Amino acid sequence: MTAPLDVPGSAAEAQPESVLAGAGKDIQGRSLTRIAWMRLRRDKVALGGGVVVVLLILVAIFSGPIISVFGHDPLEFHQEAIDQSTLLPQGSFGNMGSEYLLGVEPVNGRDIFSRIVAGAWISLLIGFLATLVSVVIGTVLGVVAGYFGGWVDQVIGRIMDVFLAFPLLVFAIALAGVVPDKGFGLEGNGLRIAMLIFIIGFFSWPSIGRIVRGQTLSLREREFVDAARSLGARHGYILFREVLPNLLAPILVYATLLIPTNILFEASLSFLGVGINPPTPTWGGMLSEAVRFYTLPHFVLFPGLAIFITVLAFNLFGDGLRDAFDPRAH
Amino acid sequence: MLTYIIRRLIGALAMLIVVSMVTFGIFFVVPQWAGATPEALASRYVGRAATPETVHLVAERLGFYDPVVVQYGRFVKGIFTGAQYDYGAGVEQCPAPCFGYSFISGQPVWPDLVDRMPVTFSLAIGAAILWVLGGVAIGVLSALRRGSFFDRLSMGTALAGVSLPIFFTGMVSLVIFSYGLGWTPPGGAYTPLAENPALWAYDLLLPWITLAFLFAATYARLTRAGMLETMGEDYIRTARAKGLKEREVIVKHGLRAALTPILTLFGIDFGLLIGGAVLTETTYTLPGLGQYAILAIRNQDLPQVMGVVLVAALFVVVASLVVDLLYAVVDPRVRLS
Repeated sequence: MTAPLDVPGSAAEAQPESVLAGAGKDIQGRSLTRIAWMRLRRDKVALGGGVVVVLLILVAIFSGPIISVFGHDPLEFHQEAIDQSTLLPQGSFGNMGSEYLLGVEPVNGRDIFSRIVAGAWISLLIGFLATLVSVVIGTVLGVVAGYFGGWVDQVIGRIMDVFLAFPLLVFAIALAGVVPDKGFGLEGNGLRIAMLIFIIGFFSWPSIGRIVRGQTLSLREREFVDAARSLGARHGYILFREVLPNLLAPILVYATLLIPTNILFEASLSFLGVGINPPTPTWGGMLSEAVRFYTLPHFVLFPGLAIFITVLAFNLFGDGLRDAFDPRAH
Repeated sequence: MLTYIIRRLIGALAMLIVVSMVTFGIFFVVPQWAGATPEALASRYVGRAATPETVHLVAERLGFYDPVVVQYGRFVKGIFTGAQYDYGAGVEQCPAPCFGYSFISGQPVWPDLVDRMPVTFSLAIGAAILWVLGGVAIGVLSALRRGSFFDRLSMGTALAGVSLPIFFTGMVSLVIFSYGLGWTPPGGAYTPLAENPALWAYDLLLPWITLAFLFAATYARLTRAGMLETMGEDYIRTARAKGLKEREVIVKHGLRAALTPILTLFGIDFGLLIGGAVLTETTYTLPGLGQYAILAIRNQDLPQVMGVVLVAALFVVVASLVVDLLYAVVDPRVRLS
């Protein structure tokens, strides 16, 4: 998979022997990955998104230390920050200041900054792992459908159609609502996180599956696959060593674009009260609590902005990545 | 053409059967992981005061001890021919589209669903008109003026639009336009169309706009991408070369081809939406199917959950079918093959 060579004027007239001897050193084949990387580096918007994504991941990983330095325990009540007669935060802007960076919640006075940072961990954890689940299912089924074709392709294609026809959100809500509080050696929110990862991942694989199938369909007609086949390679070898490496770029691109969708999915479920159980902080859960206190802009705005910035950053980066890998763009 | 229609009809029917089987299977199996025994299900109908013997009897009469397949068969039969429910206190007749009785209210599920359909349908249809017209128009203009200020502004807004959760935009719009400025009614207002069309539109205006904004963003992006691709095709040059007006080239040749993937997406989106606009209805507290689904889940009311999921799936399948048939009109290749 090399792109057309950048041939500087003199190289074309060079003697074959000298080329073989390495005289034409300025002829360089560039791999698609390198071209994509060069394009991406020029795309300021996508890079900006990428930087924000990296920052968010760092915040999520180091959420514990960040909270202990800049905030209070996300579950701790701070009655001293609450006006006891109205149950609203004291002072202006929801008691925002050096003590509480983004103010406190009404009634129980929990630190909003800490809750948002702690929520980042859950959002990204579910966003990434759910995407991993859909990438694994989608890639395996997509490759198998595209490579073997025939009735296998028909069956998998139908399964994808059925998944697309499912009223996803309603179904996920219903499923998340009836799942028990204990099971598979997990309980409480550990189980709920695992369950959300599974439900979200399990319902969003067809989008990846379709793309992988389409790419595999064209890859399997390529000469190197023919060559491997005529050398007697087994199906497993061809799938994993010949086809799959060429699928990494599209899988990476669409996985990046699936992460924000899955983060929104988790936020929606938590907003509806069937995601992570309170008091564990999630952005969606914070927004559903904020519904009753719409007069406090900071309480609505900060979790909403957290979702918006995260999803936007992933979308910008994913869009840039897709354009960088797309030979038709530019 | 006729074989195409018949093939699609059979496909849709098969899809419905599979979806109903999977739905029934999952909502039959998952509660049992949660420890729901047939007796526990039956006791939801007879109340807490009943003796274990009564509960056992009712569970037996309702067929909760039968294998899944038998119960599924009975469920499907109920949908087509109605069913009789024997609670021990007497036999109740559940008329034709019978989705069973609610655990909580003891009422049949189907009439509840029918009551709530107009709300969700009103919400979906108004928003759909706004987002299709708005999204496609913006997408076409952006593609034609690629790289212009308008293009960048609208695509930037569209990207922000797809990144904003509807419950956030909904809440902010309520705070600003309803509680702050007082232009629109607060959440929860709904007037049936037949009662007062003006009030109907007034009550739904804010939900329509919020919902349309979200979808218009996706449609604008998709239309723009599609138009950029089709406008570079050879047949566009041919159309221009034979002297067609630019407007005709854009609309009849460019947009028509770019519209196909949008139509597919619209079928799925609209079907999903009329099956329950859960987030929008929750944000604006509209009494539609989505809100019904949420209430059913909170109450762990299994028959209601099953009913609303199946109806939602039915809408998606029917909407996709309609879109497939529309293809025959839009795309000449389908018609001729």
